[in-house]
Amino acid sequence: MSENTLESESIEIIREAIAGAANPVMLYSIGKDSSVMLHLARKAFFPARPPFPLLHVDTTWKFKEMYSHRERMVAESGMQLLTYTNHAGQAAGINPFSHGSSYFTDVMKTEALKQALDLHGFDVVFGGARRDEEKSRAKERIFSFRSAGHRWDPRKQRPELWNLYNTRIREGESLRVFPLSNWTEHDIWQYIQREQIPIVPLYFAKERPVVLRGGTWILVDDDRLPLEPGEAPQMRMVRFRTLGCYPLTGAIESSAATLEEIIAETFLARVSERQGRLIDSDQPGSMEKKKQEGYF
Amino acid sequence: MGDRPTLRFITCGSVDDGKSTLIGRLLHESKNIFDDQMTALEKDSRQYGTQGDRMDLALLVDGLQAEREQGITIDVAYRFFATPKRRFIVADTPGHEQYTRNMATGASTAELAIILIDARKGVLTQTRRHTRIVAMMGIRHVVLAINKMDLMAFDESVFNEIVEVFTSFAAGFNFSTLHAIPLSALEGDNVFARSARTPWYSGPTLLDYLDSVVTIPEVTSRPFRMSVQWVNRPNLDFRGFLGRVSQGVVRKGDRVCVLPSGVTSKVKGIVVWQGELEHVQAGESITLTLEDEVDVSRGDLLVSVEAPPQVADQFEAHLLWMSEHPLVAGRPYLIKLHSKEVSGTVSSIKFREDVNTGARVAAKSLGLNEIGVVNLSLAQRVAFEPYVTNRALGGFILIDKLSLETVGAGMIDFALRRATNLYWQALEVNQQARSELMHQRPCCIWFTGLSGAGKSTIANLLEQRLHAEGRHTFILDGDNIRHGLSRDLGFTEADRVENIRRIAEVAKLMTDAGLIVLVSFISPFRSERKMARELFADGNFIEVFVDASLEECERRDTKGLYAKARRGELQNFTGIDSSYEAPEKAEVHLRSGAESAEACMERILLKMR
Repeated sequence: MSENTLESESIEIIREAIAGAANPVMLYSIGKDSSVMLHLARKAFFPARPPFPLLHVDTTWKFKEMYSHRERMVAESGMQLLTYTNHAGQAAGINPFSHGSSYFTDVMKTEALKQALDLHGFDVVFGGARRDEEKSRAKERIFSFRSAGHRWDPRKQRPELWNLYNTRIREGESLRVFPLSNWTEHDIWQYIQREQIPIVPLYFAKERPVVLRGGTWILVDDDRLPLEPGEAPQMRMVRFRTLGCYPLTGAIESSAATLEEIIAETFLARVSERQGRLIDSDQPGSMEKKKQEGYF
Repeated sequence: MGDRPTLRFITCGSVDDGKSTLIGRLLHESKNIFDDQMTALEKDSRQYGTQGDRMDLALLVDGLQAEREQGITIDVAYRFFATPKRRFIVADTPGHEQYTRNMATGASTAELAIILIDARKGVLTQTRRHTRIVAMMGIRHVVLAINKMDLMAFDESVFNEIVEVFTSFAAGFNFSTLHAIPLSALEGDNVFARSARTPWYSGPTLLDYLDSVVTIPEVTSRPFRMSVQWVNRPNLDFRGFLGRVSQGVVRKGDRVCVLPSGVTSKVKGIVVWQGELEHVQAGESITLTLEDEVDVSRGDLLVSVEAPPQVADQFEAHLLWMSEHPLVAGRPYLIKLHSKEVSGTVSSIKFREDVNTGARVAAKSLGLNEIGVVNLSLAQRVAFEPYVTNRALGGFILIDKLSLETVGAGMIDFALRRATNLYWQALEVNQQARSELMHQRPCCIWFTGLSGAGKSTIANLLEQRLHAEGRHTFILDGDNIRHGLSRDLGFTEADRVENIRRIAEVAKLMTDAGLIVLVSFISPFRSERKMARELFADGNFIEVFVDASLEECERRDTKGLYAKARRGELQNFTGIDSSYEAPEKAEVHLRSGAESAEACMERILLKMR
């Protein structure tokens, strides 16, 4: 299985999901994996546009460059974009600083996602998760069954043999479909290079204003980032391996400013990409718990 | 590193054989473990590890928290690593008998299996079971990893003896390749680096072998096959058939045949992202356009006209049962074969295969993790290939129509010839002609409810009324049918299913004859009532739920049956030791305790008009 085969497998998955769906949607988080997934969806249905909208669950704390990239890709693909923010959470002033990353993620991502899915009644939801990202993801099905209330029960997942996906569900139940399940971080980068897929410029190294917190470089993306006493932004050559909410996403020091350099750096990397995500390590088995509650 | 081929393999063995340790070592030594994951591993090793002060590599792969705490692997996990030559996807599955379905799941997409053997224990029952499942799932390449050689002082004779026993056992499976390697996953011998402790072994290390073994199936030299997943119509001028080529090569201008219809056409174009291709081969996801306006829909097969596959509706197949609720012959399931979904039943179970010994055992049903050879009967003809020839066109899953869970996985062995010899007799005088002559709309009124709920009483009243109105009617009553048509059947779940199937078919024939048929049967299972309903056109099936509490029915006990059942003289009695599944959406819901039989009858009449 080469990249071509990976690509073909993902396209097959996307088509199969659509054939069984009544009201499908693609989660679009603007990151590199979402970019690849969107590209595959466009390929799968060419010359038609993919027969579903994109959904961005917006915590309002994304990097500025992510929002502009989102607008660019929506225009280029001609697809419909739905955005959703948990306004109750926002009105309550939930933010990553005073409430902690765990609570913030729960309210502004997990809860918001569930609210958005309930609001539109989506039955099939594409996500860009990969099995190589985290231990509990390694056991995730490609078609992941969620009971009413979006709960993921690891003991109730349907056996998944060959490429025969069971897409039958009852009202209120849903399927999360992960077309990139069998891709690794390396595959993603190589594919972005081969297909010349546009990605957010934050992935490329550049001098940016950052502060050092808990051993991680945090970008001072706007004036909402409260500076601690004695803390002053400094210019550093940094880039991001993964993108999320800017106060929760650590940059790495790097000089990799081209795809070739990023790939070279990724192959030599001794730290997994999720380490830049502060939400994975805040409690034991934390990703597994979040998934059971409905996080992607 | 762009287009490295991927090898998908499965590891078979139990935790005790060192399976997780072996995978952990493969990931670790191929540098697919990052520093932060190693730090987490050191922390986990102290908390859950079984290796004392040493790092427990098994913890790298035992993912879910419940598994880590119990020290077992309960699901299929997929792992990824790469060498400069190949990418690898490892299906890591549990080894115990109660996880046979998980192993089959992992094996279904693998081309090679590593079968682990603990050198201290040799070939065990579980080794035979793993090998049998691997062979059944169509894996043609096997590596015999004889592990824990460090505990046997790397003794060559121990290795040779195990290889000999295994080879003679495996001879019947006709694997294309079979290679044995002595190793220690814990200490790393012959995994990545050649061990100095096995000078008598001259073969490759495990990784060298995985890096070089040729497993590429012969799918490009065989005739073209593609199952249509979706039809794309962005505008009136474009009609594209989307699918993934499962076998062969297709070129622009090739003549293709649509199955099962048999209509032929020519490939007009092979459309891909912003362009067209001249030809593509197995494995590619594409969009095909055809020269002619032929009828093609999802689930149809596009194939080369020179060598089309067979089309049939009855098969012999191997079936692995994956549900807690046993397989019942005669019960309709949804069957998904390539991208075709069709209703079908297991018409008979020929035998069950003991997964440990391979012995054939007579069986009336299949339980969780049991494997059988069955006859499968589908509601429509489908195009297929035997599983041994083409996994993509011969593997299928069974979906329960009510729970919608995946309950079985099957592999078509061959089509039963009966299918081609049996034709449906086309009839000139049809249901409409007959019912017009009788001046009535035929239908089936299906009474369901506990014994003693009042089904027969209400049905009799209704028939008298209809008869008085000049309608042509007939009552099929449970007790009467059991004296004749179904006298060979008992009261087990399988027999009840068959009984209902017969009644439903008789009722169908009678409505075809123009009659209004009243069926009065306990019919306790939702799935059989659904099967009966599906035989009739919309509106021609009226389900009447005669609802009375068990206490009420038992109090009435007109036939004295509840008392008998309570005394244990009657087995499988509905409501006592066999379940009744109440209808969810019956057309008429009668509460016979609260309403008089006449009132009940009037409500049905209202629904019929």
